Formats: sequence, C-alpha cells, structure tokens
Amino acid sequence: MNEPRIKSIDYSLYYGEFQALRNITVDIPRNRITAIIGPSGCGKSTFLRSFNRMNELIPSVRTEGRVLLDGENIFEQEVVNLRKKIGMVFQRPNPFPKSIFDNVAYGPRIHGRKDKSNLARIVETSLKSSALWEEVKDDLGRSALSLSGGQQQRLCIARALAVEPEVILMDEPASALDPVATLRIEELITTLKENYTIVIVTHNMQQAARVSDYTAFLLTDEARAGNLVEFGPTKEIFTTPKDKRTEDYISGRFG
Amino acid sequence: MTRKLITETVMKYVLLVSALASMTIVLMIGVFTLKEGLPAFRELGLDDLLFGRTWRPGEGQFGVLSMIVGSGLVTIGAVAIGVPLALGAAIFLAEIAPKKIQGFVRPSIQLLAGIPSVVYGLFGMVVLVPLVRKIPAPGNAGYGLLAASLVLAVMVLPTIASVSEYAIRSVPKSFREGALAVGSTKWETITRVIMPAARSGIVSAIVLGLGRALGETIAMIMVIGNSVIMPTPSTANPLSLFLSRARTLTGNIAVEINYATGIHEDALFATGVVLFVLIMLVNSSARFLISSKRWD
Amino acid sequence: MRFMYTLRARKAQQSIAYGVLWLMAGISVAIMLLVVGYVVIEGFGKISLDFFTTSPRGGLSGEGGIYSTIVTTVLLVVVTMFIATPLGVCAGIFLVEYADYVKNKAVAFLVGLARFGVETLAGVPSIIFGLFGYALFVTAMGLGFSVLAAAMAGACLVIPVVIRTTEESLKTVPDSFREGSLALGASRWETVRKVILPSALPGVTTGLILSVGRIVSETAIFYVTLGGSYRTPNSLLSSGRTMALHVFYLAMETRAFDKAMATGAVLVALIVILNLIVNTISGRLSSEMK
Repeated sequence: MNEPRIKSIDYSLYYGEFQALRNITVDIPRNRITAIIGPSGCGKSTFLRSFNRMNELIPSVRTEGRVLLDGENIFEQEVVNLRKKIGMVFQRPNPFPKSIFDNVAYGPRIHGRKDKSNLARIVETSLKSSALWEEVKDDLGRSALSLSGGQQQRLCIARALAVEPEVILMDEPASALDPVATLRIEELITTLKENYTIVIVTHNMQQAARVSDYTAFLLTDEARAGNLVEFGPTKEIFTTPKDKRTEDYISGRFG
Repeated sequence: MTRKLITETVMKYVLLVSALASMTIVLMIGVFTLKEGLPAFRELGLDDLLFGRTWRPGEGQFGVLSMIVGSGLVTIGAVAIGVPLALGAAIFLAEIAPKKIQGFVRPSIQLLAGIPSVVYGLFGMVVLVPLVRKIPAPGNAGYGLLAASLVLAVMVLPTIASVSEYAIRSVPKSFREGALAVGSTKWETITRVIMPAARSGIVSAIVLGLGRALGETIAMIMVIGNSVIMPTPSTANPLSLFLSRARTLTGNIAVEINYATGIHEDALFATGVVLFVLIMLVNSSARFLISSKRWD
Repeated sequence: MRFMYTLRARKAQQSIAYGVLWLMAGISVAIMLLVVGYVVIEGFGKISLDFFTTSPRGGLSGEGGIYSTIVTTVLLVVVTMFIATPLGVCAGIFLVEYADYVKNKAVAFLVGLARFGVETLAGVPSIIFGLFGYALFVTAMGLGFSVLAAAMAGACLVIPVVIRTTEESLKTVPDSFREGSLALGASRWETVRKVILPSALPGVTTGLILSVGRIVSETAIFYVTLGGSYRTPNSLLSSGRTMALHVFYLAMETRAFDKAMATGAVLVALIVILNLIVNTISGRLSSEMK
C-alpha cells in the first residue's frame, strides 16, 4: 500500500463538554473506497465531517489531535482550499434551487472559472462521470428540483466532481433513496475510485461489504464517545474480525 | 338533549359568528367606502378623479393624481433608503451576528416597530425638517418628500427586516452545507445560494413594507407639508424633486374629512377607495409571493 | 499562484461585505437609540408631577399637563379591548379548534371567507378604519365624535392582531392535550375551556398587550373619530383626545413642541414597558417549550 491519502492521528472531537470522538488514529488509503460503519450515534458522520471541517459550522465544536491530508495538517490549511480538495455528498440530496447546469457550474464559478465553453465542458464531464449526462443532456436549463431523488443525488455527486477534488466524502449517500437508485449510486461509486479516494459512511453493512475495499468500525465507549474498534480490508473485517465487538456487531446484523 | 350538548352547540355557533366578524367588518368597510365614494365617481367621472391634477374643493375640482404621485414618491423614497438598511440588518442577524449581538440588535429593531407614528412625526418635525432645510434649493422649507421618506424609511425598516430575516432563516441548512462543501466562502454562500433561495420571501417583505408605507397617515401629515401640488424638481438636479412639498392619499382623507360635506366628502371617500384598491393590490401580490415558493 | 490570488480577493470581498453588514445593523440600532434617546431626554427634562395631574388648558401655548389625555387613553383602551378581546379570541379559537371539523359545505365556505377576512383586515391602513368609523359610527349611527365610536373603529384595527396571536398560541398546544381530554369524554368546548385555553393563555395575553400598544400608539383613526376635546371625558359619548392625539395637536396646531416632546416621551416609555412585558412572557414561554 502506498502513502495514505488521509491520516487521522489521536483525533478527538468535543461538542462543548461532551466528547463525541476519542483518540481515533486511522489511515485512509489512496484511490480506494473506505467505509465507516457502526451503530447510529457512534460518531461516524461526525468523523467523516471532520475531514472537510464541516463540523466547524457548529460553534461549540472543539478538536484535539491531527488530521493530515497528503501529510499536511488540515487544521492549518485555508478551509476554502481544503473543501475544494475534499468534496462531499450528503445524506439527503441537496441540489440548489437552480438549473442543472448552474448546480454543476456553481463550484468552478466561485473558484474563478468564468469562461463559457470551459464551464460547459466541465459540466459535461462531471455529469458523464456521475452517470447522469444521458438523462439530462437535452435540457440542462431545467430546475434541479424537478429531478428524481436518485438523479438529484447523482447531480450532487457531479457538483462535487466539478471542482476536481482528490477525495470525496459520502455521508450515507443512498439512505434516502429507493433500492434501484441505491444500486445505481453504488455502481457509480465503484467506477469513481479509479480517480478519487472515497470515504463513505453507511449504516447498511451489505452496502459496505459490496462497495468498499477497507472498513473502519466505530463504537461508543462507556462515556458515549466514539472509538475506532477495528480497521482493515473489508474482506477481513467481515469474515475474520480480530475484535470480539466487531464480530458481535456484524453477526448480529447479518443474523 | 343534555345540557352538555346544548352548551357545545351554542358555543360552536358563538365562535363561528365571532370568526365571521372580521369578514363582516371587511365587507362593511367595502360597502360603506364604496357607497359614500360612488357619487364622486359618478359625478366627477373616473378620469377626472384619478387623473385630475387639481384638488380645489371650493371650486369643485377633485383630482387626486398629485396625491397618488405624492404617496408613490414618498413610498419609493422610503423603500430606497429603508431596504438596504433592512436587508443588511436581516442578513446580519440571520447569518453572521454572534448570539449576544443578536440579542441586542433584534429587540432594538423590534422597538422601532413599536414607536408610535406620531412620535416619528414629531421627531421628523423637530430634528429632520431643520436638517433638510439646510439643503440650498429655491423654496426648500424642510417639509416635503425627503423628510417624509426618511421618517417612513425608519418606520418600514422593522417590517422588512424581520420578514426578510425569517425568509433567510427558512432556507434549508442543506443548501448552506452544499455550498460550503464545494469550497464557497460564507459570503459566497450567502449571495449565491441563500439569498436567491430566499428571494421570494424577501420580495414579499419589501412589498409588505410598501403596503405599510402607502398606508401611513399621521407621520406623513406632520412632515410632508400637505400642499396639494404636483411634486416637481426645483433645480436642474432631478433629485430636488424630493425637496418638494406634497400630500399623500392618506393625509388628504385625514386632514379634510372632519369638515367636508356633500361632494367634497364623497370625493374623500373616493380617495379612500383609491387607497384601498392600491393597498389591496400590493398586499395580495405579497401574499401571492409568499405562497408561491416553499422548500421541503 | 493565480488561485491564491483569487482566494485572497474572495476573502477580501467577504471582509468588506461583512463590514457593510455590521454597519447596516449598527445604523439600525443607532437610529433606535437616536429617536428614543432624543425623545426621552428632551421630553423627560420638562416633566414634573404636575404634568401628570393637571389637564391641558387648551391655550395656544399648550399650557397644562396631560391628565385628561391619560384618562381618555385608559378609557379608550378599556372599551376597545372590551369589544375586541371576546370577538378576537373566540374567532381564533374557532379557526384553530373547530374550523377543520366543519362538514357542512356552506359553513366551510364561510370559514374560508373568515380566513380571508382576517388577512385582508390585517392589511387595511388605519386611516381607512378611521374613514369607516367616521361614516358608520360617528355619522350614520349618530354616536358623534366619542370614545364609543373611536373604540369601535379601534377594535377593527386590533381584532386581526388578537385573532392571529390567539391562533398562533393555540397551535403551539400539543395535540396530545386535546386527545387526552377528548378521550376522557370531554366535549370539544370543555376541552378548549379547561385544557387548551389555560395552556395558551400566556400567548393570548401577549396578543392582548400588543393590541393595547397599538391603541395607545394609534393616532390617525382617533383623529377622525374621537373629536379631540382636551377635557376629561365623563361618559362613553364624550369627545376626547388620547396622549398620542395630544402630541399631534400640540405639534401641529399649538406648535408647543416641548410639551409635545414631553408627552411623546411618556408614550415611548409606555411602549418600552409594554414591549418588555411581551418579551418577558414570550421569553418564559420559549424556555418552557425547551
């Protein structure tokens, strides 16, 4: 395995007095899909949102330890640059109330791309990469809100791709979708790993098993703070877990 | 029937009748103003009344055009001054103000809404009119559209600010997250995603403010000068238009109704009809805008 | 690097924009401080106890105090609220607790009209209420310029305020309260009277206080219905002037600006107190909700 894309070292996070994450150390490998699993409330979304510092929207949040992106501490970087490098897809599709084109072009525009033909090209490639192009190419001026839930989520993926990120964070991206749309998103995710490092939070263990290469299992301790129990190749985690708690969780869910 | 059932039925009808009271009042207002105003429309003709430039009750001339223009100009002036302040305050409160500062700014603006219009009028007469009088222009007495617009701007500020703040706050958090996640600064998120999404609510806040401004009476009488003249610029600068004295539709009614008789009184009711129709148009467009857009 | 440059520009743009927003909010607060501060400082300087205990003497210099105008204001508030409270609260109750259960099509149509009526009424400018009050209560009903006529016109102004705040506070009462009471065999009215109204009472009270504030501040309606006599009213058919109206007459007719300012200061103080009461009640309400 080459140098990891993201490293969290002894990372803890607090909401005011309450500790939500405790001393998490993990390496997220480059150009692979890493799933974060665990029971609800274990802090997996909070952990994911640490990578692009989205937790800072909550005023009481405080962190300890380091998170490195390509060896550089993310907390010492300009947050706007960081989020340009690390895209995010949310639990519920959240396209802006604008046209399909303007949604995808939003990121490139704010980062200074004004040239029309250039923008059109970026929009097209992004929509193709997110497997939405064929469905919407005839009417890019249509409101994004008129798309179906699954299409909206793929549009949000295209919106994230359009700023050419290196990492894509996905926070339960299929939890609000029906089974068919879920399958399409999963297929899309596996095709994206060639070019991107993907971290996906999911409560659905079959999904983690289907799409991910590596799996991190988080669990709360007695103080209700999230801990990393086990990290490893997905196959090993699901077949020969080293930790008893991982085994219980996985067999409990499967059984 | 048991006593319980009788009370239940009686109360139901008592409540229903009360609920219909406001509709009845609206109907009666409509009927009365129309009934009293109609003779003026019939005798003077819609054209002379609406587009007549002179209002001389002694000579039987009852054209309200200069007052429509007066009301319109003072409203435009108030909105031009008040909207930037109100929107600035609304964005500030909804997006960037620290909690403690919000707790001071919001009640301050709320208090502006509670100050009686007669106090604004008095403040205008004592403080603003002497200031406006310092502007060198022929015939500038201080009383006029500028002073009235300033007073009115402050009076509509709280309405526009609070309705806009509400509209901005109702934009779903997910839009904000989506914009920040692709690397927008907070300000870019505000201007490119939040404000466009809140647009219909903000427009209706402004329209609501317009309705307020058109309806204001007492403060206008006190500072606008009340002369029935078509406002005109007194110098080469077209903005000197706002130094002109004027009269509003509302002021026309208030100043003259208590001593008017006959056709003069009818013409004042007709003024009321014009005002009522204008405000209903403005308010219903606000209601239309509010109901036309909702996020899940 | 070009990207860094544009990022710096973007951040600079944000700083400037934030500066402007702070300024706008600051100006809004400054205006409030200026208006309230000016009126209170200029006004209270001229107030002594006599000011509250003597009536205006009606001379052109605006001699005398404001005793009779306080009496008129209080009387007018009481009569107006006496008319508006039952109508407004009952209408609010109907619209929230009963309207959705109406089965009869004709009644349902009336309910729709009633809702439309409340919205329309809330947007009617006060001078129209004045005009209407003058035509109906003062002239047609023959009440003359009087407290009663003015109160009836004033009630039209505050009824929508009372209805709306009643509706809002009823809506915050959890449905479980209603279900709990109905399940015990209470009728709808018993449920409203014994369970829902008591828990909505603070909210309804807020609406009533707001309405009192509106009546105290209102001038246009009373300018054309109350007559403006500076004497203490001795019946509901007496003419009179409220404090707000007194400010208007002092400023516009006698040009006694210092007395006007003093009366204005009393008005502003009153409004500040009413605002504080409302804020305290609604502050307590929202902390209870948590």
